[in-house]
Amino acid sequence: MTDLTTDPVLTAKPESRVWKKFRSHRSALLGGILVAFFVLIAIAAPVLPIPDPFATDWGAVRQAPSWAHWMGTDEIGRDVMSRMIWGAQASLLAGVVSVGIAVAFGVPLGLVAGYFGGWTDAVISRCTEALLAAPFLILAIALAAFLGPSLTNAMIAIGISATPIFIRLTRGQVISVKSEDYVDSARAIGLPTRQILSRYILPNVLPPILVQATLTIATAIIAEASLSFLGLGQQPPEPSWGSMLNTAKNFLNQAPWMALWPGISIFLVVLGFNLLGDGLRDALDPREH
Amino acid sequence: MLAFFLRRVLIALPTIILISVFVFALQKLLPGDPLTVLAGEERDPEVLEFLREKYRLNDPIIVQYFTWAGNAVQGDLGISLRTNQPVTELMAQKLPVTIQLAVMSMLFALLIGIPAGILSAVKKGTVTDYVANIVALSGLSIPNFWLGIMLILLVSVKWQLLPASGYVPPGEDLWQSIRTMLMPAFVLGTALAATLMRHTRSAMLGVLSADYVRTARAKGLPERTVVLKHSFRNALTPIVTLTALLFGELVAGAVLTEQIFTIPGFGKLVVDAVFNRDYAVVQGIVLVTAVGFIVMNLIADMLYFVLNPRLRGA
Repeated sequence: MTDLTTDPVLTAKPESRVWKKFRSHRSALLGGILVAFFVLIAIAAPVLPIPDPFATDWGAVRQAPSWAHWMGTDEIGRDVMSRMIWGAQASLLAGVVSVGIAVAFGVPLGLVAGYFGGWTDAVISRCTEALLAAPFLILAIALAAFLGPSLTNAMIAIGISATPIFIRLTRGQVISVKSEDYVDSARAIGLPTRQILSRYILPNVLPPILVQATLTIATAIIAEASLSFLGLGQQPPEPSWGSMLNTAKNFLNQAPWMALWPGISIFLVVLGFNLLGDGLRDALDPREH
Repeated sequence: MLAFFLRRVLIALPTIILISVFVFALQKLLPGDPLTVLAGEERDPEVLEFLREKYRLNDPIIVQYFTWAGNAVQGDLGISLRTNQPVTELMAQKLPVTIQLAVMSMLFALLIGIPAGILSAVKKGTVTDYVANIVALSGLSIPNFWLGIMLILLVSVKWQLLPASGYVPPGEDLWQSIRTMLMPAFVLGTALAATLMRHTRSAMLGVLSADYVRTARAKGLPERTVVLKHSFRNALTPIVTLTALLFGELVAGAVLTEQIFTIPGFGKLVVDAVFNRDYAVVQGIVLVTAVGFIVMNLIADMLYFVLNPRLRGA
């Protein structure tokens, strides 16, 4: 039996305890590294010494990876690696912005539904269920179709499709927190509802929302790649992993590398966010030590 | 039991009505006039007016909704602008193809996901568990359309074992039909298997530490019986519910899988409709899949009831 008073995990301050648990979680760390890598290259894309992602070279069409073109060239002689790096921008932006939209609408609606209950809750909850009934990607495809194909509209479509996830999660969390003593006492000293919600309830429901947001970024990146693959997201010639795969499938025989890199990148970045989300869940869960 | 079921149906009704409102509202998102596609380049005002009357676009929006919803209830989801066929008829043609894909994928998912989940729960903390978890997480992270492309490259292009695309109805040539559907079903099935494995694992872990499992072990029952009869039986309820909930993932996955393997099913129908601006078809498909999802949920609730004798008295 270990002595609890000297256990470094238990005696540490809450923040550093979370950090320690997170660090001891090797897979989460790997996830963090993967995500950080892609974020870095996406941000650094304009200053990296790489060829112009739009520059065509008809003398170097569909060339296999070489010293001059590390990942080969595509069907009109553009450098695949350069397009991959610029494509990372589109993917990450789509993931973060669409989840941002979902959180920005979902969390306040969930807070209101959970805290006030009654009719407000009934209306919000029924709408949430209705939206959840349509499969995520089908809803996103339909919205992207009606809004018109573009990266912005794909992000809006994915954001709207993901909103009900956050409404439901926040609502459930608020319901379990709102009967706690500290909320009662905040009410008893006459704090306005706004302050109770923002100061006492929101910080306590935030951890699971953070975990869900990380995992939803993974889903959103796949959704953006799917929409772009179908031609409903980023429009050519703008680089995006999904649309690169769409083109690549027509040249599987002649230029298989064109299909290889975008797929591996989507896989790695999505894996990164999934590992990170799983790790955060373990680290933020106060019950499990 | 009947009362329980009726209550469930009553709860589902407002949700279905709301879905229909959302689906109807979709077309109001359209920039510009949907009829400009139909009227062609010239956009003759008289033609436009005629079409507007024909599709009742001059009615107030509430009246439009009730006309549309009233028709939908009777199975009339409008006419495809492209093929002039009723949307319901189009969907009925494509549905069997997707059902075959869905059933075969589900078989793959169950055959891979459940044994892997049980194994990883029983061997918790060992290398087997670790590997199973990594494989499952990778399965969740791989974009399944890319997996499809890579399989075509290997299995069809390089090794020439299976056809890369197309569809053969099972009534025509059963063996050929299964052969063409094998790769798409595998691609779609693995994605579901990953989810299924993770849920089976956590359901099994919950059950394996229960008192009755310890009792079964204490009685000296063989481990096989303890795991399969005493534990898995009890872990089955959440798994069944989840399998029904995977319906959404299945339909969404089918869209991409059918696109890659050029299978003329439901998913290909919706993508083609999007590109042809055939909005009635898009609306019809969203409505039908959403209602299908709710029906699957009802079935899951029923199964839950049947599988869990404790609820029967309630």
